[in-house]
Amino acid sequence: MKIFSGVIEELRAQGVEILEVLESHPQEAVIRIKTEDFHRACLFMHKRLSSAVMAMFAADERKAKNAFEIFCVFLSREFQKWCILAADIPQDRPAFPSLARDIHSASFFEREIREMFGLEPEGHPDKRRLHLHDEVWPNGLFPLRKDFVVFGPVAPNGAAYCFNRVLGEGIFEVPVGPVHAGIIGPGHFRFSAAGEPIVNLEIRLGFTHRGVEKVFEHKTLDEAVRMAECVAGDTAFGHSWAFCQAIEKASALKVPARALYERAICLELERLYNHFAGIGGIALDVGFSFAAQFASVLKERVLRLNQRLTGSRYLKGVNRIGGVRRGFSRQDIQALLCEILSISGDHKELKQMLLTSVSFMDRVDETGVLRQKTARDLGVVGLAARASGVAMDLRKVFPDVYAGSDFRLITQERGDVLSRLRVRMEEVEESARLIIYFADRLADLAGAVAANFPLAAAGCALGAVEAWRGPVLYWVKVADGQVDRCKVVDPSFHNWPGLAFAVLGNIIPDFPVCNKSFDLSYAGNDL
Amino acid sequence: MWTILKNSFFKGLLTEKRVLPDIPPCPEIEGVGRELKKTILSLYGRSLHLREVDTGSCGACESEIVALSNPIYDIQRFGIDFVASPRHADALVVTGALSRNMVLALKKTYDAMPGPKFVITVGDCAMDGGAFGDSYYRARQGVQDIVGGAILHIPGCPPSPEQILSALLGFLQTRPPKER
Repeated sequence: MKIFSGVIEELRAQGVEILEVLESHPQEAVIRIKTEDFHRACLFMHKRLSSAVMAMFAADERKAKNAFEIFCVFLSREFQKWCILAADIPQDRPAFPSLARDIHSASFFEREIREMFGLEPEGHPDKRRLHLHDEVWPNGLFPLRKDFVVFGPVAPNGAAYCFNRVLGEGIFEVPVGPVHAGIIGPGHFRFSAAGEPIVNLEIRLGFTHRGVEKVFEHKTLDEAVRMAECVAGDTAFGHSWAFCQAIEKASALKVPARALYERAICLELERLYNHFAGIGGIALDVGFSFAAQFASVLKERVLRLNQRLTGSRYLKGVNRIGGVRRGFSRQDIQALLCEILSISGDHKELKQMLLTSVSFMDRVDETGVLRQKTARDLGVVGLAARASGVAMDLRKVFPDVYAGSDFRLITQERGDVLSRLRVRMEEVEESARLIIYFADRLADLAGAVAANFPLAAAGCALGAVEAWRGPVLYWVKVADGQVDRCKVVDPSFHNWPGLAFAVLGNIIPDFPVCNKSFDLSYAGNDL
Repeated sequence: MWTILKNSFFKGLLTEKRVLPDIPPCPEIEGVGRELKKTILSLYGRSLHLREVDTGSCGACESEIVALSNPIYDIQRFGIDFVASPRHADALVVTGALSRNMVLALKKTYDAMPGPKFVITVGDCAMDGGAFGDSYYRARQGVQDIVGGAILHIPGCPPSPEQILSALLGFLQTRPPKER
């Protein structure tokens, strides 16, 4: 393994004064720098580690040191490390130089920091609010500041949201949402079209904003694990694992192997049911009903398997800090293996059904292309990125429990709906294989399913899990045994801009299938 | 084509006729369904059409509501269906903790529905905000202030398709909705 300190020296050579380097965990390096160096240091890390901004957030530390803190998280695949740049922003000058013009993946994070903390990203080209809609929320009220108090009615600032407009002869706009035709979350899509093809799509989200990060504050850790399960319902397990991992890293807790295998099985089960939902959704959105219903039965079977193993169809209540609540019995494992084999068999049928249907292939092939360069520039992550040829998967970067499983990273090159479908299909096969591998290991293990966790140590750490949609990140700061600040990043937050690019040049009737091929969460984005 | 034929032939009928624990008088879904059809026939002429609105849910309730239409639960055999437009709906199904951002959209959706109409809330969040009960961004007025009180609430986080189905069937069987 290469030594990360070389990168820090390179950073120093750029003229950046490094105040402190904290490597409390081998997978994480926190580099404290001065505010005036923040912009330069972020640009350097972005290029040096060839990483998008994986997360960017602030914390209100005015009580302790009269300043806000700002963090920017990069992922180094080369060094297998999270690199977190941190700087203080004095409270008497609540502003920082914006990265958005240089690094697109920072843009939405900076808008979020601006509306939640009132810290001004200077030079940001787009200062519209994401979550706190102007129609219902006033200016100058920043929910994530510590002195913000919850109160009753507020006077909205009355401004209307300003959509980007495309002008020209024959251009027309099609507004869709927030309430959609299907049974899905709310979001507003503003299409500008010239004849059939879409020339611009602007996505306005935030409709399901529930103040998740504020609700996390002052929760006990056990309560917070339950909260994490309610952030994005289809990734309940991925979120709760990422949260637990953050706490476990901060408290230097060693999770027993048995718990890790069980967690890995649950994570792959979550991937399975969501991939079946995605495959079925793509079939449904081009009108291939039989395959769609076939996939919905497979999804239901995985949900029932979840229920059988954990008592919850959505794998809620499985995780606890230090491990899992309940060990699988031999009968559980037997049932798991039987059902997974049977589901894999049916998946082969489904795959054949779809890939041999000429009319189906005609609809998905070359539809909704997200180029690799666009995906990299936007910082698209997870499944959608892998379908565009970006070989990034946290299970590969930080193998941990996956080490020894010969985990196969699945990518496709073309970035169209078919590629995202193929990634799903191959990941289903890989997940089934992994589940069988983990179940075999689990059968031979005895002992505790959770580490003893007497007291939450104060501290902060980053937890990250490659859930089915992509990496789920939790940065948690613990104080007095409670959550002091919790930043949640669902992969949807990175990927919505990718969808807006993928649909360009396609016709509006193909939008549903493009959208479903990304299958992004409204709740996970809006928080 | 052969894959489709082979699978539909060998898999046969997947829809379950299972016993519902919550409804003693008519223990079988089928039985309740027949009764329900009568109720729906007398009220709406043909069938009951539902429109769902997510006002800030995590997506799990939606996933379970979608599952109601899969071949295993097949809610359509009872004349109940989910429709794409509020104009086609008899009842509004509301999920989620009611974010401030969704108040107007919820009201507009309800207003677009023709009468007679009623409201059903699904999931713990829709009742009292669930985990988000004391959030700063939960609308201060409840669902009842915006679209009138729900005449049926189905609890759970999320309620399973079986629970939704049996609550819906049981409710319609015992208390036919009043015209609003």
